[in-house]
Formats: sequence, structure tokens, C-alpha cells
Amino acid sequence: MIEGDGIGVEISEAVKDIYKAAKVPIDWELADVTPIFVDGKTSIPPEAIESINKNKVALKGPLATPVGKGHVSLNLTLRRTFNLFANVRPCKSVVGFQTPYEDVDTVLIRENTEGEYSGIEHVVVPGVVQSIKLITRAASERVARYAFEYARSIGKKKVLVVHKATVMKYGDGLFLESAQKIAKEFPDIEIHTELIDRTCLNMVTNPAPYKEYVMVMPNLYGDIMSDLSSGLIGGLGLTPSGNMGDEVSIFEAVHGSAPDIAGKGLANPTALLLSSVMMLRHMGLNDEAARIEKAVLDTIASGKENITRDLKGTASTKHFTEQVISRL
Amino acid sequence: MCYCNRVDFELRPICSRTCYPPRSSPAEQEQRGLGRSPSRRRHLAPEKLLSTHLSTIGKDTNIKKGDGIGAEITDSVKTIFKAENVPVQWEQVDVTGLVEPANSLAEYPDAYQEAIRSLQRNKVGLKGILYTPVDRTGHPSFNVALRKELDIFASLALIKNIPGVETRLKDIDMVLVRENTEGEYSGLEHRPTPDIVESLKIITSYNSERIGRFAFDFAITNNRKKVTVIHKANIMKASDGLFRATIKKLGEQYPQITVNDMIVDNASMQAVSWPQQFDVLVTPNLYGTILSNIGAGLIGGPGLVPGASIGREHAVFEPGCRHVGLDIKGRNSANPTAMILSAVMMLRHLGLDGYADRISKATYDVIAEGKTRTPDLGGNNTTTEFTRAILDQLEKA
Repeated sequence: MIEGDGIGVEISEAVKDIYKAAKVPIDWELADVTPIFVDGKTSIPPEAIESINKNKVALKGPLATPVGKGHVSLNLTLRRTFNLFANVRPCKSVVGFQTPYEDVDTVLIRENTEGEYSGIEHVVVPGVVQSIKLITRAASERVARYAFEYARSIGKKKVLVVHKATVMKYGDGLFLESAQKIAKEFPDIEIHTELIDRTCLNMVTNPAPYKEYVMVMPNLYGDIMSDLSSGLIGGLGLTPSGNMGDEVSIFEAVHGSAPDIAGKGLANPTALLLSSVMMLRHMGLNDEAARIEKAVLDTIASGKENITRDLKGTASTKHFTEQVISRL
Repeated sequence: MCYCNRVDFELRPICSRTCYPPRSSPAEQEQRGLGRSPSRRRHLAPEKLLSTHLSTIGKDTNIKKGDGIGAEITDSVKTIFKAENVPVQWEQVDVTGLVEPANSLAEYPDAYQEAIRSLQRNKVGLKGILYTPVDRTGHPSFNVALRKELDIFASLALIKNIPGVETRLKDIDMVLVRENTEGEYSGLEHRPTPDIVESLKIITSYNSERIGRFAFDFAITNNRKKVTVIHKANIMKASDGLFRATIKKLGEQYPQITVNDMIVDNASMQAVSWPQQFDVLVTPNLYGTILSNIGAGLIGGPGLVPGASIGREHAVFEPGCRHVGLDIKGRNSANPTAMILSAVMMLRHLGLDGYADRISKATYDVIAEGKTRTPDLGGNNTTTEFTRAILDQLEKA
């Protein structure tokens, strides 16, 4: 467990309480990832790396990247350290929590290691900057294979590759080509492709048809589309996320550390809880996952007095946690 | 009555030609010697306007090779202009994006060269959207090539709820100003090995400042209050950082406009949950595409988003959310509203406000009435019927 910064401590506490009450067979080992500089590079303390490598699975609260010290984003550092190549972001309408969009049920897989986030930028001359979007066949095939396997594991029959190969002919073209190649290994799953323009438009117009697909896309598009999907169902406070690597998987709440409400007992632990449910499913603890998920969603549906302020309710973190426990 | 405060869009992309300062009556403007009738308008005598040639690009006479719905919706505009006796003479160039691959603009068929020459002659154009094939590597999008060739650096999309069109979210009224010449659309890509591709995103302070200035001038001219810079400077610290810093610094010269900035993923989330907070958004190339499509989805589809691409010398009016609509092509079912309203923007740009007012009002009335609607708005009328309804409305008015 990486508790994280700000509200991270409170929402991690809520998760631990609920897991205790649900008698989930998990012993938490706390890991502190406060960054250190090694040879001028942002890195994670060796004890934390050891702990995560040993346990293979981690649950992580929000992290605040220290500003002004030249640190690379900690989330990025974690992804690089453990080679977490795929980010899985399911978004499902929460029954009982009204948004303008009904019937959202999307799964999005984002390539997590390269693309626009390669971090390679040059100042050519002052006033002219070039950033390199890096697309490699290896990473594209790896994430595509993951997407197809994921689709198969959750019983979806279609994978949708989202791209902009009309403009980035080689870059996104390679991504597309890699996915099409991998698709041949999965004859039971159809491959579809769509321009990101069209996906944005359709998703906002009517998200329901995307239920049938597992979407897979390069880094930046995944970042944008996953946040857009979260917006459809009520924000980052309700969406789980998992970062998958070959060895290690880290499940995380993607919202910020909200320093303004930290320590006041007002934070919403839902995103971390739902991420932990993903983690349980990943570990094969499906019964526990289903129980906890149901209790969380029922609590949210039960009315304003039981949900936190970010969802326009009145409950404290403690009250919400108790309500979830009472529904287990 | 305030001259600016009418039901339709305030589309004044080039401020020197139009009402400035905004929201003042024609009489006031006349006193100041600005805007409508005096100075500038005086030398635009009717004869002069009659000889103003315009080009339509995107219509294809060869039906087999047409690009989606471009031809259908530009025809609608031409019909309306003719019925209204708008003093505009069209010079039509038919081009299509469905051509053999070409490595540079010079290798494109003659029609393309003609389209460019036509725009160079006439300065103003109305354009459908050209199809860009995905699978032909090395084929530069003609849409992109055209903008680069003529240095059409700014792209506008007006995203505003249209009365009568039911949407999930109400009171949306935002303008997207998108940098059109560089960023992710630089077209520079290398393949150092067959398995690795590097796509270059170029951001320059020159182009960032130019688009920023356009956004601020647009905001002032159209009485808008806030400009939001969209970026991803937390990850692309140098490139998007330059874009953000340049425009924010420029904002100091426009104290009457509030300037803020937002990361693109957050902006996308905000756009689907609380779009009412946005006023003018200024974005690098790719984020503009993404947000214009989200915006189109919010207000009822790309058929309702007018737009323009503006350069220092040229102005090309085209739907703001660029979908070719190959799937509904030839069925006479496309919604020409975006194209008509883009043409209205063009009329305002030319100073033909009277015609613009009449045509936009008739279009809005037809949509608000709700009797005649194209399939994208849940109706079953054809493009021709919708155009006919506007013509009838114009006759009544």
C-alpha cells in the first residue's frame, strides 16, 4: 500500500477499515515512495521498490509531485521503474448517481510508456521547440496484445483501436499496424479502428455503443479519453485505474491529492476502493471484490447523506466508510 | 437596440473590418467612424462587391469521387445565396481528397493548384471538407497542405447551443481557436528503424504568439471575457510550456480579458460535465481537434458547428468540426446548418451584414420551429427539403 499524499492517508485508512471488516485475506505492507535524487534523476527509495517487487501488487493513493525541485512526475517515475506498460481505465455509470449521460460502460487501455510522454524535447533555437512522440513496434504490440487478452478475459468481442493516422501517418500508423498484426492471434475477437475525432464526438453524443468494445490507444489520447469518460460518469472521484506490467501491477486512484481538504475527513475514498476491487479481481479474489464493489455502489446510491461533498453529498469519510461496512 | 446583440453568432474574425469596440449601436459606431457604414464600407461599393469572386472548394462534379457530404451542403448555400440575391459571385473549384498519393503539394492534380490559385486571387472562400485516406502513407492531407501553403494559421469553431435542438447540457457558448500550422500536424516523422517512429511536434513562440493574439483580438471584438489556454505542459514541459507561457504573457497586454489555463485532459473532462465555464479556448493543433469534436457532440453534432480558417491574407469558411461524412454521402441527408452558418460568417467578414442577418435568422427559425429536420437531429427531411424550408422562411420574412 502506497498511501500517497494529501487525502491519500485518509482514503487509504478507509480502504483498510473496509477490508478488515470484509475479512479480505490481505496483509498490507506500507511503502513510502517519497522521491529521492539518484545521480540527478528522480527515483523511488530502494525499500519501496523492493517491497513492490516482492509483493507484485500494489494499491496507491494520489501522489503530489514536488514542485520546483526538478522532479519528474512521480506517477511517471513509478510507471517507468516497474515498466507498467498498460493503463486500464474502466468507466461505468454509477446507479443512483445522476449525470447527464446514462448507460456509460467503457473500458479503455492506454499505452503507458512512450508516445507523447517520451519526455524527449529539444529547444532547436530559442522560440522553437520540438517534442518527440515515440512509437515503437514492441510497445505497440505489447499493449495491443494486452487489450485483446483483456477483452477476452472480460467477455468482450471487439477491440477498438483509436488513432490519428490520417495526420501522424508513420507514428499512429505503426500503432495501428501493430494492433492489426496482433489481432490475427485473436480470431475470436474483432478489431475495429476509429479516428480519435470520431471517438470524441460519438462518446459525447451517445456513449452507450462503446459498451461492446475494449478501446486501446496511444498515451496522450488515452489520457484525454479516459478523463473524458470519467467526466461522463461523474468525475475522477468515481473511477478506478490499474497500471499493468509484466511483473508488477499498481492499482491507483487517479484523482489529485486535494491538499485543500486533506486531514479534514471529507475525502471520497470511492476511486481508491474501486481500484482495490480491480486489484482483488486481478488477484483472483472475485467474491470479495463483488461484495465490496456492491457495498460501495449501494452506499453511493443510498442518498446524499451517505456520500461525500465532491458528489454533492454531506457525509464525512468516516460516515461513508461506516455505511459501506454496514452494507457488506 | 444594441447592434451586436442578436440571436445568432457574433462572427467577426477580423476585427479591423467589423464593429470595434463591440456591443455598440450602428449609430454610435457611425459617430465614432467605426464599423459598419463609414470608412471601410464606403469604398466597398456594390459594384466592387459584385466582382468579389469566391471559390467553393470541396464540391465534386464527378459523383463517384466526391468527398462525403461536402458537395451537398455547399449546394445548399449556393441555392440560398442565389435566392437572396447575395452580391457574391462564386468561382467553383472541384477537388477531392480521394486521389492518388502525392508527396508534395506540387504533385497534386491541377484542380488542387487551381484551388490554391483561386484562393490567392479571391482571398475568401467557402469550403467543404476533404477526405484524407488513412492507409496511404506519405499522402499529406490536402486540408493540412492548403492551410500550410496559404499560411492559414487560425481555425475557429463556434460551439453554441442552437435553440430548438435538445441537448444534455444547456447554455453552452464557447469558441475554439486552434493553431493550424504546426504542433502535432507538422508532418515531420522519421522512421530510424522499421520498428521505431518519431513524430515531431513543433511549437514556436512566433506561431504561439500569433494564435494567442488572434484569440485575444477575437475575444475583444466579440465581447467575450475569458481566454483559456489549453495545454499539456505538465508532461510536454518545453513545447506546451512555451505555448502556455507565450500566450499567458501576451494576456498581460489585454487587461480586459481574463486569462487562465487548463490541462487538456482536465479540459476534456470539464467539457463534458461543465462546459458553461468556457468562453474562448486557445489550443495547439491536436487538442483543438479533440475539443471541437467533444464540443460538436455536446451541441448536437458536427452539422451544427460553423467555423473558419483564417490567415493573414486569406479566410476560408468551412464547418468547424471537420467530418467528411462519407457514410451519409449522396443520400441528400446531410445537415447543411454548419455550412450555412459558416457562409453567414463569411458574409459578415465581407461586411454584408444585412444578408447575413436574414439568412442566419431564417436558419435558426427553421431549426427552432422543428418541423423540418435532417436525420442527424432526429428528423427525416432531406438536405433539399431543409434548404427549401429556409428559402420559404426567407420569403415570409
